[in-house]
Amino acid sequence: MILQALIFYLFAFVAVGAGVMVIVARNPVHSVLFLILAFFNAAGLFVLMGAEFLAMLLVIVYVGAVAVLFLFVVMMLDIDFIRLREGFQQYMPIGGVLGLILMAELAVVVGGHFAASTVVVEHSATPVAPGPAVGDITNAEALGRVLYTDYVYIFQAAGLVLLVAMIGAIVLTLRHRNVRRQRIADQTARHAKDTVELVKVPTGSGV
Amino acid sequence: MMQIGLEHYLTVAAILFTLGLFGIFLNRKNVIIILMSIELMLLAVNINLVAFSTHMQDLAGQVFAMFVLTVAAAEAAIGLAILVVYHRNRGSIEVEDINMMKG
Repeated sequence: MILQALIFYLFAFVAVGAGVMVIVARNPVHSVLFLILAFFNAAGLFVLMGAEFLAMLLVIVYVGAVAVLFLFVVMMLDIDFIRLREGFQQYMPIGGVLGLILMAELAVVVGGHFAASTVVVEHSATPVAPGPAVGDITNAEALGRVLYTDYVYIFQAAGLVLLVAMIGAIVLTLRHRNVRRQRIADQTARHAKDTVELVKVPTGSGV
Repeated sequence: MMQIGLEHYLTVAAILFTLGLFGIFLNRKNVIIILMSIELMLLAVNINLVAFSTHMQDLAGQVFAMFVLTVAAAEAAIGLAILVVYHRNRGSIEVEDINMMKG
């Protein structure tokens, strides 16, 4: 139990520290790398909570795809990052105030809920998707059983969202340069009588 | 202190969410950091969903965390594509330059 607590605090503190570094790092490349660190530690927290499949998904999708995408864009765009940091101090107070307000509200909600521990946390009598008994089946299997049955339409909708995002990203960034392309329709619609002309050349006069 | 329960995970998620909000205000000019802050906030939401899913012994939370993950990935892809096109057209990604529509 104490080992679990130590691991939790390790992951939690590194995740929060990485989160701080994401927003204060001077170099956006460092920001992306700290974001990756935060995701890794959040994946560790997921494993601690017994959601191994989501942890792996987080590592694969976020670290493998999204963060690398960020890294590509940060490195590809030639941006004067010094100029972008102007006004860092200027926005600090309002951001700090809003952050503190939100933090206080969340503390009130979470703390108030747990301070009133006499209130029994009402486990829903019938869980929407009951979790498996411990040691019964793996997390991934249980998730798959729920995902492909009860949530199959939402699952398809998620696939549609990804498809639309993919098409959108391609359409946005595709650039048609001035290059000659093969036009297959024109080629197949071509007839010999339209293009080939038989010229009767009188002898000795040329075309 | 040594017994890790729901409230510990909720606290971490709350801190991460606040950091994301703070990052949006702190880096008002840099769209890339703003997008990263949004990712951080979505991660905090995911931690909350998974924590409650474990606490309630209900897998629905994890399923919805997956959908949040999907939407976050789509949002990052579209956002970065818009960013690339914008930089190509205007040569800058400063938020304050984005005023063509006078919004």
